[in-house]
Amino acid sequence: MAYGDKVLDHYENPRNVGTLDKADPNVGTGLVGAPACGDVMRLQVKIGDDGRIEDAKFKTFGCGSAIASSSLVTEWVKGKSVDEALTIKNTQIAQELSLPPVKIHCSVLAEDAIKAAITDWKKKRAAKQQPAEERPAERRAE
Amino acid sequence: MLKLPIYMDNNATTPLDPRVLDAMMPYLTTEFGNAASRSHAFGWKAEEAVQKAREQIASLIGGNEKEIVFTSGATESDNLAIKGVAEFYREKGNHLVTTRTEHKAVLDTCKRLERQGFEVTYLDVDKDGRVSPEQVRNAITDKTILVSIMFANNEIGTVQPIAEIGAVVKERGILFHSDAVQGIGKLPFDVEQMKVDLISISAHKFYGPKGIGALWVRRKPRVRIAPIIDGGGHERGMRSGTLNVPAIVGFGAAAEIAEREMVEEGLRTGKLRQKLQDYLFSHLDHLELNGHPEHRLPGNLNVSFAYVEGEALMMAIKNVAVSSGSACTSASLEPSYVLRACGVSEDLAHTSIRFGIGRFNTEAEVDFVGKYVVDQVNKLRAMSPLYEMAKEGIDLSKIEWAAH
Repeated sequence: MAYGDKVLDHYENPRNVGTLDKADPNVGTGLVGAPACGDVMRLQVKIGDDGRIEDAKFKTFGCGSAIASSSLVTEWVKGKSVDEALTIKNTQIAQELSLPPVKIHCSVLAEDAIKAAITDWKKKRAAKQQPAEERPAERRAE
Repeated sequence: MLKLPIYMDNNATTPLDPRVLDAMMPYLTTEFGNAASRSHAFGWKAEEAVQKAREQIASLIGGNEKEIVFTSGATESDNLAIKGVAEFYREKGNHLVTTRTEHKAVLDTCKRLERQGFEVTYLDVDKDGRVSPEQVRNAITDKTILVSIMFANNEIGTVQPIAEIGAVVKERGILFHSDAVQGIGKLPFDVEQMKVDLISISAHKFYGPKGIGALWVRRKPRVRIAPIIDGGGHERGMRSGTLNVPAIVGFGAAAEIAEREMVEEGLRTGKLRQKLQDYLFSHLDHLELNGHPEHRLPGNLNVSFAYVEGEALMMAIKNVAVSSGSACTSASLEPSYVLRACGVSEDLAHTSIRFGIGRFNTEAEVDFVGKYVVDQVNKLRAMSPLYEMAKEGIDLSKIEWAAH
């Protein structure tokens, strides 16, 4: 199938590939998808004390559209507040990348990855504010 | 300097051999007669050319030229063989035997027959994609009228023990069809040795033109099939329709070249395949070879590159035309049913790439492709969360993935 220019651009020059320290309390990690389905996205965000996303990194196993979708969202979330980042919708991602119908699930996954990463960060923060005797299970899907 | 992109998908189709085009050209221009026109020289010339092609094709498979029924291609040949036998021999029985890794032209035809009251046994294959003669023997019942098993698989290149299976099928006096599309013209195939009754052949898989194929139908003892296309009674009533003379001429020329060059060419493409395989396996970890290590088409290499999705890899090696068992582009999102039938996990099926080395590939191309693939796999693994986790020693099968 032919790919749109923006997919090709992100695929060939992916932004923000990499790994943040998942043990860092300011880092939220979202791991979504499944190898059996052919795509897994890991999105990590580093959130400052002001609640703004300072940094974002991804690694993705998946087709070109999945890689492009994750690359795009790392660009989009950087500098946004947590609440702003949570308003990103898969339809916006699909539209920006001109994804064909069979690739819409890639954009859904990218939206899920943002939510999962922020949820993880929120959990960590909640745990930090509680007395640190027990940590909620953060190793699921990790 | 290499010419890019490189075509290395010769199991999908092959380029037309220039010698084949030369043979076809007169029949695309001045010799345009209808082979069924018995009353003038234009028709006679066409008929003569078709007759020559029948002989060339029959010679390649050790059959008789009167046994060749021209079709639009192997999909039609498979349909005609299976539906034709099913209809003609319906009163003898309603059971067919085939395998899980057949081409869709066979599987979907069988599924249609099931809806019409036939029963079909789909044999499992082993991890290399093979069925055994014993399995076939055990599947045959008093109601069995046809066994259909492919010669070589289009995805993984695995070659079935057709002669041994043929012997088992003949013991029971049942008809044996083989979709021989991938193997004919690449590996020696003799219809007597293989003990087959019907075989499907396609010209474009061995450097002939597209849109032309044949069903070889045994005459001694005579195999009967009901036609699926009715009309002017061409091809002894088995397949009506004006013959595509230029394509048939090309088909014949391709068969003649294949018969002459097949063995040498198989050695050459087999060596190139081995070279590519050795290079990949010595430069990358976590690779799996799909298909049988020895019993396979000489030019076919199918490899799973764990932790790298197949479609992404194809995009990364866009200067090389290959195929993937990852059906990420299709609406179903189901990876290759052939790999799944061999017991390959869904994860690994998504990471498979098929290389098809053919007549016109050079050693320089193979060397280039090897390095190119290694570079790109490394690049994609560097951005694969799964590869990172595997390297950290995390057991990916223990994770509760949220399927979507």
